[in-house]
Amino acid sequence: MTEPHFDAQIDRSHMTVSDEVAIQIENMNKWYGQFHVLRDIDLTVQRGERIVIAGPSGSGKSTLIRCINRLEEHQAGKIVVDGIELTNDLKNIDKIRREVGMVFQHFNLFPHLTILENLTLAPIWVRKTPKKEAIETAMHFLEKVKIPDQAQKYPGQLSGGQQQRVAIARSLCMKPRIMLFDEPTSALDPEMIKEVLDTMIELAEEGMTMLCVTHEMGFAQAVANRVIFMADGQIVEQNNPHDFFNNPQSERTKQFLSQILGH
Amino acid sequence: MSDTHAQTVAYVRDTMLDPKPAPANQSGAIQWLRENLFSGWLNTLLTVLGILAIYGFVSHFYGWFLHGVWNANSLAECRQIITDQYGQGATGACWGVIRDRWHQFIFGFYPPELYWRPILTFLLLFVAVGPVLFQWVPKKLIWFTPAYPFLAVWLLWGGSVWGPVLVALGFVLAYVVFNFVSRFGTIGGFAAGAIFAILFWLFGVSPLAEMLHAAIPLGIEPVESAKFGGFLLAITLGAGGIAMSLPLGVILALGRQSDMFLIRTFSVIFIEFIRGVPLITLLFVASLLLNYFLPPGTNFDIILRVMILVTMFAAAYIAEVIRGGLAALPRGQYEAADALGLDYWKAQRLIILPQALKISIPGIVSTFIGMFKDTTLVAFVGLFDPLKGIPDFIRADFAWKGIYWEPFIFVGAIFFILNFAMSRYSMYLENRLKRDHR
Repeated sequence: MTEPHFDAQIDRSHMTVSDEVAIQIENMNKWYGQFHVLRDIDLTVQRGERIVIAGPSGSGKSTLIRCINRLEEHQAGKIVVDGIELTNDLKNIDKIRREVGMVFQHFNLFPHLTILENLTLAPIWVRKTPKKEAIETAMHFLEKVKIPDQAQKYPGQLSGGQQQRVAIARSLCMKPRIMLFDEPTSALDPEMIKEVLDTMIELAEEGMTMLCVTHEMGFAQAVANRVIFMADGQIVEQNNPHDFFNNPQSERTKQFLSQILGH
Repeated sequence: MSDTHAQTVAYVRDTMLDPKPAPANQSGAIQWLRENLFSGWLNTLLTVLGILAIYGFVSHFYGWFLHGVWNANSLAECRQIITDQYGQGATGACWGVIRDRWHQFIFGFYPPELYWRPILTFLLLFVAVGPVLFQWVPKKLIWFTPAYPFLAVWLLWGGSVWGPVLVALGFVLAYVVFNFVSRFGTIGGFAAGAIFAILFWLFGVSPLAEMLHAAIPLGIEPVESAKFGGFLLAITLGAGGIAMSLPLGVILALGRQSDMFLIRTFSVIFIEFIRGVPLITLLFVASLLLNYFLPPGTNFDIILRVMILVTMFAAAYIAEVIRGGLAALPRGQYEAADALGLDYWKAQRLIILPQALKISIPGIVSTFIGMFKDTTLVAFVGLFDPLKGIPDFIRADFAWKGIYWEPFIFVGAIFFILNFAMSRYSMYLENRLKRDHR
């Protein structure tokens, strides 16, 4: 496996982890029917952290980050995001969703709306931003992801990599304080992975709090301050990327790393 | 690339190829015929049989069409003219009945001196639906669309202007109530608005209308429902049913998907009951049974009753068509809307329904077409539909006793034109909303 190398030009000056807690997960459990998907998850994320979550498929990584913005409901334990506890209270859920952006494996752009409309929809309808201001913000972020010229096109006219960058820009338009990435590059052709990862790196450089489920170990090494390895719905190991990759402790981690890096 | 060379000789292209035009179109008329009609012995046989069938059909009927008579005032006169012109035993269409009675096919028994009212209503219908159906119509006209139904009712039925105005006011009041209560919950807002409006219509409208009419008598000559017939009746029922069944169908489809047990159960029972019962049964319910259940003395107009049932009938089907559209949407669309913080109603309105409705266009329009044709079933509850009620009435006249095919062909042709227009519109709309450039 060839790993793209990023480290040379990454600007780490803003990648500072503060003491402020962004996400606090305590003893969280989740079941699908009788199937115990997440078991006793404890995780504290400080503001400014860049966390990569890795693990074999079916280990619950996606489910974990989807619990953070209530796309999935947890049945036991506690999740506090930005000081707001996730309960069944719809008001709290809405508040959290406004602060937490999410990028999906399959982009999930709205195909019936133009790129610009995709970006301005939530700011206008959720944040009640005036339309003109929303368009300005949208164009700013489209420039940031380097596709301002596509604003009037529809998602179906864009390449996968472009669509995913639009999806990132769409989340950013809501000015979130936390970004969740659910396998953002898994549905992309190899030549498009880098353009999406570059966008994510730029975001990290600005100090965004990020949780990223990904198989891009190069990205993890270059950007993450913490790598979490999950298996069977549990956090098996977490460490800084250097030690995680060079000195894994548990057998499951070693096995996983040998499979993913060993060819 | 051949294997041997690939194994032994490395290959490097030194010049890249420019794109060339595709081979010139080889298909002339002969080519087309050979490919499409005579490509093999089976295809040739089918072509010949097809031509024979068409020939048999045309040769059988063309005389009848060719001998058609327009200028006759009775069937007997028609037959006389045909015999005189084409000899004994010749058959021919007697279109004289259409010339003589076209106004009854179109307007039923509406007073002829008031024909301008249905005609004006019909023309205004296009002004009302224009901004909804076509993008090139100025969007400013949209204010007319919600006002149109009340104007149409007033123009068609006549009477005091205050009745329709107060019914319209009921919608405005319901919206005010909804706006106020929905701060505490959208569903509650809907319920409160609906209950308020129904109470207002049942108990507020008629006394208020009388008072207002006594104070300011504004009105035109009333026409009772019994005078409606023909295409006036069919189009009134069809247009009213179409306009009301789409929103009701959307609500039912969403209700069926709802997480709330009561709403889901109600929607399922409603849809399955209405779909499970023949329309004629419902029409009999409308014409007979409702009278028993309504408070004595209430005069609930028969056309309104039938329109409500036709609407409910179509809405149940449309709900299922839309459910198909909702099911076709990837789950990611819901998740993306949720993740962006859109609440349920905004997600439905901005993300889910625009896409689900687009997918459902062919099914929805099919349902509309079916419902429009089904309006002829009102013949069974004594209304004069254009297909049976009016021709039966015309045949009761001695002059046209025994005329059979001509009214069917005439009415069928008008239905075909209207339904074909709807069908073409749906294809145009699908094309206009096409967004997948894949």
